[in-house]
Amino acid sequence: MKIAVTSGKGGTGKTTIATMLAKAAENAQYLDCDAEEPNGKFFLKPEIEKTIPYTELVPKINEDRCTFCEKCADACAYKALVVMGKPLNKVMFFDELCHSCGACAYVCPVEGALVEIEQEVGLFNVGKAGNIDFVEGVLNIGEASATRLIATMKKRFMNDKKTVILDSPPGTSCSVVETIDGVDFVVLVSEPTPFGLSDLRLTVELVRDMGLPFGIVINKAEKENSLIDDYAKKENIEILYRLEFSRQIAEGYSKGILPFDKYAGDFKKVLKRIEELI
Amino acid sequence: MKVLLTARGDNLDAKMDERFGRADYFIVYDTDSKEFEAIKNPHINDQGGVGISVAKFVLQKGVDAVVSGSYGPNALDVLRTGDLKLYSTKGGSVKENIELLEEGKLEIFNT
Repeated sequence: MKIAVTSGKGGTGKTTIATMLAKAAENAQYLDCDAEEPNGKFFLKPEIEKTIPYTELVPKINEDRCTFCEKCADACAYKALVVMGKPLNKVMFFDELCHSCGACAYVCPVEGALVEIEQEVGLFNVGKAGNIDFVEGVLNIGEASATRLIATMKKRFMNDKKTVILDSPPGTSCSVVETIDGVDFVVLVSEPTPFGLSDLRLTVELVRDMGLPFGIVINKAEKENSLIDDYAKKENIEILYRLEFSRQIAEGYSKGILPFDKYAGDFKKVLKRIEELI
Repeated sequence: MKVLLTARGDNLDAKMDERFGRADYFIVYDTDSKEFEAIKNPHINDQGGVGISVAKFVLQKGVDAVVSGSYGPNALDVLRTGDLKLYSTKGGSVKENIELLEEGKLEIFNT
């Protein structure tokens, strides 16, 4: 069973809910896909056994072989290559625009003029947090996109025999689509604020477009506030759980401590309900 | 001297466009013949890499100088491979900026 935990808005409690689900599951693997700022480790406190570099292919031009025919620059949909000079005598490469698609190398007609080399853009930390298998992706600071790193992480480490909890980046961008693609269920974490609701709507649109079963967990819930409940009722979406707002949880969170034991029973029930819904 | 100015419209009375890559129009003005050509930005709707594409386009135009508001880092990388002067505008019309340039009163862009 693969469960992704995501949210439209950042800071709604994805990691709180994802780590609580991982702790409550019998045989869990926790994948931190929020590679721009992975923070699951602060609560699960894993022992890292292996750190594996993550590389992407980028083009390298050998200017003594290159004929400056511009085929690579024409093929690049992202404008990462440009041939300059009068007459043309120089190829400029903008690595932050490169999507590692390989089109440039594919179209280059001259043997050895354009070769793909590996460039390190991030890493994976693999370890154990008690019984939980822990993997996190970390994108290097300044790198533009975590999408391919997440795809590689899922392909390389995801263990289908486990209850896999994928802690997603926030929003509705490519990195989120990549994280939730192919999972069995999506948990949408929201908070009962106007911003929380607005971003929740966008995420609901996304998961419906992708045809994935999903439910809502309200974090920082307040008894007298029915903002998310009203929306869910209207849209016919199940509220799986509401974690009441508590100063105690917030204070613990700021120190990297979450009350896993106190909520283990509740989140076991949530997991059971998800299993029924799949 | 040929100078390219980024503009909001297709004539000399048009306001300057302070965006380089996403400018609406490029006015290429010849200070000797006093003639100009207005070109609609062919890359304005490109998704990414606009600065690079426009900079390459500008170099291909073979101008001696460019007047715009702000140049992005990628555009600058490309523009600097060419032999041209970059100027910063403080707004106003294309005509006013051509006059300031001819009087040597336009600020040279350097960062």
